[in-house]
Amino acid sequence: MSDSSAIHAHQFDDAAQQHEASWLGMWVFLATEVMFFGGMFLGYTVYRSAYPDAFAGASNHLDIVLGTINTAVLIFSSFTMALAVRSAQLGAGKPTIIFLILTMILGAVFLGIKFTEYYVKFEEHFVPGSAFAYPGPQAPAAEIFFSFYFAMTGMHALHMIIGEGLLTTLVIKTVRGRFSGLYNTPVELIGLYWHFVDIVWIFLFPLLYLVGRHLQ
Amino acid sequence: MSSEHVVSVKLYAAIFGALLVLTLSTAGVAFIDLGGNLNTIVALCIAVAKAMLVILFFMHVYYSSRLTWVFVGAGFFWLMIMLALTIADTVSRNWLSATN
Repeated sequence: MSDSSAIHAHQFDDAAQQHEASWLGMWVFLATEVMFFGGMFLGYTVYRSAYPDAFAGASNHLDIVLGTINTAVLIFSSFTMALAVRSAQLGAGKPTIIFLILTMILGAVFLGIKFTEYYVKFEEHFVPGSAFAYPGPQAPAAEIFFSFYFAMTGMHALHMIIGEGLLTTLVIKTVRGRFSGLYNTPVELIGLYWHFVDIVWIFLFPLLYLVGRHLQ
Repeated sequence: MSSEHVVSVKLYAAIFGALLVLTLSTAGVAFIDLGGNLNTIVALCIAVAKAMLVILFFMHVYYSSRLTWVFVGAGFFWLMIMLALTIADTVSRNWLSATN
């Protein structure tokens, strides 16, 4: 550890302790994110238990093919992010940059598909508000479903956009040679963030896209 | 760095494959009527399994210190408190009026 002792801040005993503290700090942040998204999942659960049929019916208006493709795209981006972190840990700059850019491209594909879905929902008047139109007596409860749909996927998409910005800083820093096999904590921590956003989608996908399919 | 654990590409690829298989199975099984709330329960079980794979391996928690496990567990434990207590309230609200 003698060569890595040069890179830890003075309040830490050694680089390993500093590394551990960084990871714990990131997990504290992610715990607040769990609670943030958890509140929306809780609201969804309460209203779905109140209007199960309307939620199932409204859910069937979402595009399951695009939803499934997007889930696969996001999982693929988590895989390339994991490989970017691995390359950074090994101190391999070039593969790190390649995998980071691949992750960004896959993230952009996800957002592109998501916004295509949004466009269709606007055309169909499924966006809650004065222009909301939905056939049948379940329209008010369906509007609640679409409120949750746009709030939750919108908040998720915002996290993706922030993630793209964070990945951009990682690419720039890696190009400038700021990271090495001894110091690459920012790559690891932004990796944690990216995987967390993936996990949010892993729960959003079945709860928003799949709940009513067996009733069709 | 000693506290880092470098996971093999092979394991990452296996996790990636498992996540894709689970995604296709959850989309497929959603079309089969399992009766009652079983569709939601199965979908959530698959989602939890996928999340566990991501947390343990992509997020390296499997290789992390016990202290990290406590931090990760605390976040989800508090989420469970929020979900369980609120749902206990909303589910039981009309029980009293039903008996009166």
